[in-house]
Amino acid sequence: MHSNRYTFIYAIGISVLTAIVLATTSVVLKPQQDFNLALDNKVNVLKSVLVVANTPNEIEKIYKEQVQEIVVNTKGEIIPDIKVSSVVLKDELGKKIEDRKLPVYIFTTPKGEKNYIVPMYGVGLWGPIWGLLALEPDLNTVKGAFFDHKGETPGLGAEISEKAFQDKFIGKKIKDIDNNFVSINVIKSSAKADFGKEHRVDAISGGTITSDGTNNMIKNCLEPYLVYFNKLKN
Amino acid sequence: MAEVLEAPKKEGLFSKKNLAIIKDPLDDSNPVTVQILGICSALAVTVQVKPAIIMSLGVIFVTAFSNLIVSLVRKSIPTRIRIIVQLIIVATLVTIVDQLLKAYMFDVSKKLSVFVGLIITNCIVMGRLEAFAFAQKPWPSFLDGIGNGLGYGLILITVAIVREFFGSGSLLGFKLIPQWAYDMGYVNNGLMMLPPSALFLIGGYIWWQRARNKKLTNIS
Repeated sequence: MHSNRYTFIYAIGISVLTAIVLATTSVVLKPQQDFNLALDNKVNVLKSVLVVANTPNEIEKIYKEQVQEIVVNTKGEIIPDIKVSSVVLKDELGKKIEDRKLPVYIFTTPKGEKNYIVPMYGVGLWGPIWGLLALEPDLNTVKGAFFDHKGETPGLGAEISEKAFQDKFIGKKIKDIDNNFVSINVIKSSAKADFGKEHRVDAISGGTITSDGTNNMIKNCLEPYLVYFNKLKN
Repeated sequence: MAEVLEAPKKEGLFSKKNLAIIKDPLDDSNPVTVQILGICSALAVTVQVKPAIIMSLGVIFVTAFSNLIVSLVRKSIPTRIRIIVQLIIVATLVTIVDQLLKAYMFDVSKKLSVFVGLIITNCIVMGRLEAFAFAQKPWPSFLDGIGNGLGYGLILITVAIVREFFGSGSLLGFKLIPQWAYDMGYVNNGLMMLPPSALFLIGGYIWWQRARNKKLTNIS
């Protein structure tokens, strides 16, 4: 049996040693990880407008030339001097609607049309889910959608990050004929609802909580932007 | 094989005994079906084949190296806090793997995020440290880690193949059941998408294994 003294010193020693190893790994790899995260975000923005780019250079080039980042407030005014990357969606959603900062990505197609892309953040079953919704220049029709998640169940809730699910959003509309906001509802195909097919997307069987989360996320995150969109139209 | 020449009595790196350490966990002492360890993750990550393969690779890496490290320092570890020390070593390894994946294989790490963390709590890792690495030399311990990781992977991938094929009609994401079969009225088995199906499948595997392997019939 080892002495108490030895046991204590050993425990402290191994804690300090592993802490140093882990801290060093983290510090050394941090720049590369941050670069990956930033690049990943750019890829996702491009994916939501259905642009596929593979190499990092290609992504940076398209992004630099065709994507503009702005932040607006809920009155629809552009807030100058704020970077989109400094806005944390999770924190913004905790604030009152009037105080929220709303990031927007504007993608200009080669034809010169502008697509408005709204970032979204919500909760799934096991953790956070997030995504991007791209709107056509009419600010009503969906051009494309992108979703991802931290840890939804593979094969069930995790299907939201599959292209097959995301493609179902293309061509859906966020407003009805009378210009009222209906959002895009992720619900069971057999569920009865008083809105038309252009406002609903089939939920994932076995992934009900993630589907509901996606549904709420779209509604909550899209609604504050309507003021800005109305302003743009007029 | 310089080592063998210098000390003729010393065992070769891949002697019969050492090879048995790798082979045993595949069948006779399989960690999942015989030792009944690591069941929880076998239920959770076997819906599709790809995560199952990546999870297996992760577990093989962690069992092998945690066995090796613990075996190297086994004589210095105070017995009263050995579990904590083992856990620290395992957690450090898993975290380093996770960080490296995030930096250099970002796409893979996105698919794995949750699974990598789960390896820390995998009973097989701790089980092998306690049962083997704590009393054996580094090289056999390293092999034991690889063997048990492989044995775990074998079950994981077998179960995942059945679950993905009958649950989603595909393997590794490729559709295998053609559309006309669905048009004729074929339906994917919803049970296969849910964790209990893995329990049934592992149960079936254990039954088949015990019926076939005479060494196991008297165990319980």
